[in-house]
Amino acid sequence: MEGVWPNRPGPLFRRTTVTGRMDDLRQIETELAAKIDAAANLEALDAVRVETLGKKGRVTELMKTLGTLSPDERKARGAALNVLKDAIAAKLDARKAALERSALDARLSAETVDVTLPVRPVPEGRIHPISQTIDELVTIFGEMGFAVAEGPDIESDDYNFTRLNIPPEHPARQSHDTFYLVGENGQQYGNVLRTHTSPVQVRTMLAQKPPIRIVAPGRTYRSDSDATHSPNFHQIEGLVVDTTSNMSHLKGCLVEFVRAYFEIPDLRYRFRPSYFPFTEPSAEMDIACTRGGGELKLGVGDDWLEILGCGMVNPKVLAMCGIDPETYQGFAFGMGIERVAMLKYGIPDLRTFYEADLRWLKHYGFLGIDVPTLTGGLAR
Amino acid sequence: MKFTLSWLKTHLDTNASLDEIAKALTNVGLELEGIADRAKALAPFKVAYVVEAKPHPDADRLRVCQVDTGSGIVQVVCGAPNARTGMKGVFAPAGTVVPGTGLLLKAGQIRGQASNGMLVSMREMGLGEDHDGIIDMPADAPVGVPFAGLLGFDDPVFEIAITPNRADCLGVRGIARDLAAAGLGNLKPLAVAKVPGGYKSPVGVRFELPEAGHCPLFVGRHFRGLKNGPSPKWLADRLLSIGLRPISALVDITNFFTFDTNRPLHVFDAGKLKGGLVLKPATGGEVFAALNNKSYTMAGGETMICDDSGIVSMGGLMGGSTTGCDEKTTEMFLEVALFDPIRVAMTGRHHQVLSDARYRFERGLDPAAVIDGMEAATKMVLELCGGEASEPVVTGAVPQWKRSYTLRADRCATLGGLDVPAAEQAKVLSSLGFTLAEKSGGFEVEPPSWRADVHGEADLVEEVLRIKGYDAIPAVKMPRDTAMPPLALSPGQRRVRDAKRALAGLGLVEAVTFSFMQASQAKHFGGTNPKLALANPISADLDYMRPSTIPNLANAARRNADRGWPDNALFEVGPVFHDPGETGQRIAATCVRTGAAVGRHWGAAARNVDAFDAKADALALLQQLGLSVENLAVAREAPGWFHPGRSGALKLGPKTVLGYFGELHPEALKALDIEFPVVACELFLDAIPAPKAKGGRQRPSLKLATLQPVERDFAFVVDEAVAADAILRAARSADKALIAGASVFDVYRGKGVPDGKKSVAVAIRLQPVDRTLTDEDLEAVATKIVAAVAKATGASLRA
Repeated sequence: MEGVWPNRPGPLFRRTTVTGRMDDLRQIETELAAKIDAAANLEALDAVRVETLGKKGRVTELMKTLGTLSPDERKARGAALNVLKDAIAAKLDARKAALERSALDARLSAETVDVTLPVRPVPEGRIHPISQTIDELVTIFGEMGFAVAEGPDIESDDYNFTRLNIPPEHPARQSHDTFYLVGENGQQYGNVLRTHTSPVQVRTMLAQKPPIRIVAPGRTYRSDSDATHSPNFHQIEGLVVDTTSNMSHLKGCLVEFVRAYFEIPDLRYRFRPSYFPFTEPSAEMDIACTRGGGELKLGVGDDWLEILGCGMVNPKVLAMCGIDPETYQGFAFGMGIERVAMLKYGIPDLRTFYEADLRWLKHYGFLGIDVPTLTGGLAR
Repeated sequence: MKFTLSWLKTHLDTNASLDEIAKALTNVGLELEGIADRAKALAPFKVAYVVEAKPHPDADRLRVCQVDTGSGIVQVVCGAPNARTGMKGVFAPAGTVVPGTGLLLKAGQIRGQASNGMLVSMREMGLGEDHDGIIDMPADAPVGVPFAGLLGFDDPVFEIAITPNRADCLGVRGIARDLAAAGLGNLKPLAVAKVPGGYKSPVGVRFELPEAGHCPLFVGRHFRGLKNGPSPKWLADRLLSIGLRPISALVDITNFFTFDTNRPLHVFDAGKLKGGLVLKPATGGEVFAALNNKSYTMAGGETMICDDSGIVSMGGLMGGSTTGCDEKTTEMFLEVALFDPIRVAMTGRHHQVLSDARYRFERGLDPAAVIDGMEAATKMVLELCGGEASEPVVTGAVPQWKRSYTLRADRCATLGGLDVPAAEQAKVLSSLGFTLAEKSGGFEVEPPSWRADVHGEADLVEEVLRIKGYDAIPAVKMPRDTAMPPLALSPGQRRVRDAKRALAGLGLVEAVTFSFMQASQAKHFGGTNPKLALANPISADLDYMRPSTIPNLANAARRNADRGWPDNALFEVGPVFHDPGETGQRIAATCVRTGAAVGRHWGAAARNVDAFDAKADALALLQQLGLSVENLAVAREAPGWFHPGRSGALKLGPKTVLGYFGELHPEALKALDIEFPVVACELFLDAIPAPKAKGGRQRPSLKLATLQPVERDFAFVVDEAVAADAILRAARSADKALIAGASVFDVYRGKGVPDGKKSVAVAIRLQPVDRTLTDEDLEAVATKIVAAVAKATGASLRA
């Protein structure tokens, strides 16, 4: 307010020699000040302003009398009147500001709402844990130079089995519990619903020359339904084909992967010999865990948890997919997406993934902005 | 596969500890599933000497015993009738848990007499049903020593998972061989002595097999003068320890060899056979009464073993009920054969027969061990049942199994990542029974007869690596060609990911539902292609590949509503199927909304979802995927499962249909048994054109208008059938340079508007380019707009 309001202490005007007249000005000032203070609203205040400083206001009228005075008197009287005028104007402005302030306060007070009332709902979407997990897996393998490959869910018997070194009547076909579409031309069985994502390996090798480095997440199907099996589930497959990749690279790649995915930098692991028709040598990878107290904890304890199957691509598979096994070699791996999601996020029951229960989706789902990154973390 | 430590030790000379064996099993690829170590569980229970047993002063049936536990004398009150001075029993000290009852023993008083533990019965030890008295140990049993070992109850039971390739490890001997190779001991020689036959078998064997593959070799032997009773304790215990019930010596012998050397046998009661045996393929319709009391009708092609009365065995699977051996059997015909694995598998699967024999035959048996198996079985039959054996009856021949592969000496390093010296490789392979011949750069390796799974160099590398242990292979980082990795996602894959994130950002909840559904529901959603039916659905409501994701999501919404959550905003991005070919599978982003769009709220008017919510989802998604939605046309071309008046197709040009939106047709809802409105949109992500890469990442330069835009409102009266979109298009086209936007802000019917007409109020935004618009300019453009709309739609300005 400095520079706007008169910033002078003490009396509003100086004493002059014409004390009698000066006294009448003081009285006028007191009178007007009282009127200003008494103005209860802006309208009343404006009336006071008109009455005082308006064209016919009292101060204005007094100003008009200056012409009748001698030059000396006029000088003294004029100065005093100006002081009076300024003082009244300042009082009017101050009162106006105060009245405006209280009017605003009154309005705001009248506008008060109950701020504890609930807001208009902002809908909260979710990403399904399967999508989130696929994004996490692709982020990790993408960093290692893998590209995502895809294939159809309805596959030929040839791609799903035969070219993966699973000939008809191979015992491995039994464990697959394959779904078949109805056959054509009187055949009982037609194409298969792919039992694993491995046919994407076949498609990639038939379509692309090495070097190959792909991962293939996708839907898979097996005729099996209980607490730990769903007839429709998801897998991710990995394939590397070049001239030099061997089992030590397989180990290096998958160790990096499990540590990044589970976010346990020193996660202990082991590889043990296993069997898959499409890899040779074959292995399964376990990670350290404890199951004490009925609760599974990863990365601690002396127990082991199977996490994935892997191995060097069987030379027969390379040959059946048009790649010369004398020149090229590589490795492949595969794992269940729901399984690794359940392990990481503590989801107890496989079947609940597909029930679309809103309560479950809200609880286990992720926000749209939870995009996994390697720089900011896979999950929050 | 189960086996006990003592059984293993009949084949493996070893001092290895249980832990060492357990670790080695998993390391060589015989994954340990568990060890039941009874010795450990029973270790606290030791032999004790009853120094004195006096009657309890206050209880007739109780005795107060002073028991020497080997570490002091304790007093025990015992209720067993056989508790007596001078006996040796088994003492359970206070603080132990009694295995048979699970109760923790506490020191206490029984009727005023101190009791510090108990003398236990077999049942209390969990070792049997005997609870008539406490365990009576032999007089020479040493006091203070765990009792279990003295009674033979300390034999740990291993359970391992056998991968389908390792048929040889379906016998204890194969497991012992792997462990010996891994350095856990020495494989004991398998001494098989030829037992000379005393007479010619009265039962002959004849092949009537068109293909040799059915059964290349069948060895039989006749026995007479047998006495078939219960097996001796060692054999009964051995079978019991792996969960098999002892039946009679002859049957138990077949089970023993099945698990000991992986050599399934069959024994016919020769007295019940009518004439000789003939092996022939089933023609179909023959009926076989199997020993599991089930009857099987042949489909044709099964390998049958018949006598004059009909089928007596389904080769490799199961014997018949009419010719089985029992305690009255005195004459027996032993069958040791090689059946075709594929035929056994097919027959077993078709008839759903699960047997230890099938399990082994379909994985392949050692072709060179048929004769030895017969001789070993003969020896045991004569030992346990007495009698006399005939000369063997051999039909067919041992099939050719010898083959060899080159193993390059550096292949373990270049394929397996582990540098194993050549001599070491040779040692490992030899110990597994492979025969090696050195050659330039490596070896020529011949797999043993029991390893039909080994087919080449990579398999040989695996043999060496698994015996050395995969732990020895170093983990090496994958080399990378470029500093930054190449893109993992193609534009189409990126779009799928973006679509999910965009829809979640719009407040929809992602669901993942099955790719199959119920055919009777699918047909209401375009699923009428018979080729998309499953031949073997897991259940009748999952028998057809979904033609659309809408029914699955609508069904999910119904289930949520049933649970008390009627307001659903669900989406799924996944496959839909139109035909079984590769192009018949498309990727659809589908949204389903039900219930309230705006729920009851103090600050907003409640309303239920409508077709425009579905349209908004579709447009918002398309926009977020980078499509400019102004170029889209909305056509009344949604398929029949949508409400015909409240749905539309979103089209890009005349041919490209991006998807549909609207309210579902009441008939479709009825098919899903849904009694509330459902709105949905379905977009085919593969139909959206890829974003143009033209001009790279750089945005066109931004030109900001300096002049104020002006808004003018128009109310057009049009026929009810005129689409708002037509009015907007016409208005926009009136002056493309000046008109920056057009939107509908009201649609009115009623007073002042004739029947059959509606008033559509449109706000037009004008953006002056080079000078402020004058009244004349505004007048001129307004006239153009009215004329253009009138021409396109017959509209007149509302008075």
